Amino acid sequence: MKSNKVVSLLKDLGLLLYAMFALFPLVWLVIISFKHDREMFNTTFIFSPTLDNYRVLFSSGEFIGYFVDNLIVSVGAIILSIVVGVPAAYALARFDFKGKESIAFTFLSFRFAPEILVVLPIFLIYQKIGLYDTYFGLIWIFQVVSLPLMIWILRGYFEDISVEMEHAARLDGYSWWQVFIKMIIPLIKPGLVASSLLSFIFVWNNFTFSLLLAGQKVTTTTVAMLKYVSSDTVHYGQMAAAVLISSLPIIILALAIQKHLVRGLSMGAVKG
Amino acid sequence: MQVEHKRGKFVQADSTTLLSNEEIKIPFLRKMRPYIILSPAFLLTIGILIPFGMAIYYSFTNFSFKYAVYNWIGLENYISMFKDPEFWHSVKVTIMYAGLATVIETVLGVIIALLLNRESVIAKSLRIVLIFPLVIAPVIATLIWQLMTNNSVGILSKWLRMVGVDNFTWGADPKTALFTVLVIDAWVFTPFVILLVLAGLRSLPKAPFESAMIDGGSAWFTFKNLTLPMIMPMLLIAVLFRLMASLQMFDIIFALTRGGPGNTLMTLPLTAYTEAFTYKELGYSLPYMLILWAFVYLISHYMVKYWSHTQKKASGK
Repeated sequence: MKSNKVVSLLKDLGLLLYAMFALFPLVWLVIISFKHDREMFNTTFIFSPTLDNYRVLFSSGEFIGYFVDNLIVSVGAIILSIVVGVPAAYALARFDFKGKESIAFTFLSFRFAPEILVVLPIFLIYQKIGLYDTYFGLIWIFQVVSLPLMIWILRGYFEDISVEMEHAARLDGYSWWQVFIKMIIPLIKPGLVASSLLSFIFVWNNFTFSLLLAGQKVTTTTVAMLKYVSSDTVHYGQMAAAVLISSLPIIILALAIQKHLVRGLSMGAVKG
Repeated sequence: MQVEHKRGKFVQADSTTLLSNEEIKIPFLRKMRPYIILSPAFLLTIGILIPFGMAIYYSFTNFSFKYAVYNWIGLENYISMFKDPEFWHSVKVTIMYAGLATVIETVLGVIIALLLNRESVIAKSLRIVLIFPLVIAPVIATLIWQLMTNNSVGILSKWLRMVGVDNFTWGADPKTALFTVLVIDAWVFTPFVILLVLAGLRSLPKAPFESAMIDGGSAWFTFKNLTLPMIMPMLLIAVLFRLMASLQMFDIIFALTRGGPGNTLMTLPLTAYTEAFTYKELGYSLPYMLILWAFVYLISHYMVKYWSHTQKKASGK
């Protein structure tokens, strides 16, 4: 009994050690975001907190611009993915047709296509047809990230709904379209919300596409942040504040969909 | 006789009209329906398939951002790539990075998931918050670690100085660069393994573990012979996802050192990026990515096969 307690204590200690590694960087970031530049070098935990970093960040409008750009392309990409992805997922779940698995695999393989390989020819095309450095250009290329996720996760949710229920509704005289809108969509709503938010997180965090296909007129936060570091006058406190503000939305989203995270991150392979 | 015939026909028609009446009138449209429903998604991603074909085509040319004209040069890009020692170096770095990252994250992830799968207060309260690093953009995570290891304000350098390590070089020295990117990669992606394995652990049946305990099996025996085989499907998914993603990792390395110092961290994606955008040789950069893509494609193909196999097994078919 006593040795059990010791073992349990050791296990908790191991967890705490890992938690230090995983969480301390974030805690420290919060701390320095409230620190004045004067106190940055000679204090660690004891200092007089200030909101100056946040004030400067929001007063310039520059950071807000990046944030809004990121929001526009992320929301745009998710809406487009929902519009074309929901019917596609439904078709892959419900119908039996020639080439079904190959089509499903083709969609999945976009998710695992090396981003640099996709981006090199797209870079040429976008410059020719004028989509380089535009909102729509980014929204379109982000379908590589969000559409496979949407289709594969939702396909699993559609498969969970029994065909008999659908048939019953059809027998009651509803048209196929009515059944889809009134019955099926409400049933997959949790999955739809989860896969949308998860796609949002991935698009929001994307770096390669935003770096190589935009950057002057349309700048996302990840790209902007890297420029921040390269500039000569680094205000560490402001940088920490910027990192926190741009990461906060996705941490909140992740908490909101934590029940669906496992299923989403494994693209439906693990029904956690 | 006639009545019976009619009845039989009626029953038959009824069972096929369950889905819709119009379907029988226009069988062709019904046959095409899944394709029609799928077409918007396909049209959208066709935009990706065309560039992919272009990438293969350009890999046989000497296309360069410096000149307006380019020529078909056949396999020359591939031949000079295979002769280039830099290529073999980047293959080595890519495999080392992906292999080490996957092993570290898998081992650490499984250990932490096992520790979290208990009913202690600490385990319960940490289950959610430990996931946080996973949702932070890898580029941003790299910035955070750069701040932490910064010589003037970084708290890690401060602590290291306190224990007598004066100038730990992190990403700036070839000896420690790989270590540094691996730490950042593990910081971001270990929670991915934790999340999946923990989900697996929590769905395990209790009975076999109780009987193992009654039989007096050691903790290691139970883990090796019961837990590990039972969470294998989920663990394998986690490993394959991590392997594929880390083979293509660009963000962290680019943000930390852009492939340096020297060519220390020049993985295949970094080399392709440098060839295309620094040296402007697009034609020569493409074979690097096509080789990597072929490799990743093979892994993902195997993964999907295994995946449908386990799903069939799970649904009892």
